[in-house]
Amino acid sequence: MKAESGQGSVDLVTSIGGNLGSVARSLTRLGVKFNQVDLNNPPDGSRPIILPGVGAFGAVMASLRQGKFDQTIKALVQAGTPFLGVCVGMQVLFDSSEEAPGVAGLGLIKGRVVKYTEGKVPQTGWNEVKAVTDKNGNDDNRSWPTGFVYFVNSYYAKPESDEVTLYEANYFGSFCAAVSTGNITAFQFHPEKSGEFGESLLKRWVSNVV
Amino acid sequence: MSSSGLCKRIIPCLDVANGRTVKGVKFQNLRDIGDPVELAIEYQRQGADELMFLDISASREERSTVFDLVRSVAEHLSIPFTVGGGISKLDDVKKLLSLGADKVSINSSAVQRPELIAEIAAACGSQCCVVAIDARKVVGSQTLDSQQPLWDVLTKGGSVSTGLSARAWAQKCVELGAGEFMLTSWDADGTQEGFDIEMVAAFSHLPIPIIASGGAKNPQSFVDVFSAGQADAALAASIFHDGLFTVNQVKTTLKNEGITVRLC
Repeated sequence: MKAESGQGSVDLVTSIGGNLGSVARSLTRLGVKFNQVDLNNPPDGSRPIILPGVGAFGAVMASLRQGKFDQTIKALVQAGTPFLGVCVGMQVLFDSSEEAPGVAGLGLIKGRVVKYTEGKVPQTGWNEVKAVTDKNGNDDNRSWPTGFVYFVNSYYAKPESDEVTLYEANYFGSFCAAVSTGNITAFQFHPEKSGEFGESLLKRWVSNVV
Repeated sequence: MSSSGLCKRIIPCLDVANGRTVKGVKFQNLRDIGDPVELAIEYQRQGADELMFLDISASREERSTVFDLVRSVAEHLSIPFTVGGGISKLDDVKKLLSLGADKVSINSSAVQRPELIAEIAAACGSQCCVVAIDARKVVGSQTLDSQQPLWDVLTKGGSVSTGLSARAWAQKCVELGAGEFMLTSWDADGTQEGFDIEMVAAFSHLPIPIIASGGAKNPQSFVDVFSAGQADAALAASIFHDGLFTVNQVKTTLKNEGITVRLC
């Protein structure tokens, strides 16, 4: 069975460009084995899935929709496969983005992606993320540590429900820096470019799901 | 208090040629002080927010060694890094990014052919396109209101004066899709008398981040360039290479002055 052969490794989606390389290198540093998956070698749900992404929301969705690869991913996530989205890989979980009006996201989390209206855009650099525990009383979140992570983003997600927010940070106002709901976790920042702290978050997710 | 939690960034700069660091580096705890990867790891440990590798290789053959360097740095480093020096073609940019560089820095080649900025932005995104501007104050220029350019753009490592207004050039770069500026003052560079606050402040209105470069003397230089100069990031070489101050010492001073930084 594939499920057994998948023990101890993750599926890294490679069908879209961008920071795939840096996430792969980070997993290697952490000693995490990974399989590259794409349209021609799709994931089957036996391993957790990581979707990295740098680029535009519209371009990433267009790439995912080729051969209905987006439907494959969506079905697996809905069936309970652990999923980690990074950067635009987080944004495409939502319904839509101001970056690409009329383009539907994966719709796995209710909400939309909006542009920063203050400050230099993109936000470039390190910002402090704090786990949100007060609003939703989610004790699982409490153990996610506070720390500094590296962001490069012009857009950020606005979930309909506060309860999915895992991390918040402040860029001329509080924004959702990470989500966690059911089998889905996603980071707007780049854990693979955020030093030891960032890699500890990646490691934490992997050890939770593998 | 800033209305944003975004940290001011400290960026050590490593000059490399033929795959080795040049300029004397005087760390005692490094076995091989010429190895840029080892030096990069040390700066990451000290709390550097990003690193800049500036390839000053004399020949094209030497310059090809930068690709191996980038691959090796990307394997070992878990913070972002930029590569600059002699980059003039989109293909080189794509190769550097695919090997693991997060950003590239272009300078003279952008002045010669500004469309390069637009090409990089379209193909790879603005966020990876750092435009380095070397500038020197025009003798006799007085105020920002005057028609005459205050700062002149220099190319070819500061050896050629273009007569181009640095502020006008910066505005054009923004329109073409530049993602960040690395602004080096040739009045301050190498003097170790502090950053050129006047110049940095004159570019702070631009909508993309400014990395100030040239003249860092001590932790107070960084306080000044972030407060009075309103820089987003500051780059320095000698004060770190000479072991005068660690990145962490600079950041501790900044934090004590109420400036938002990442301490690790």
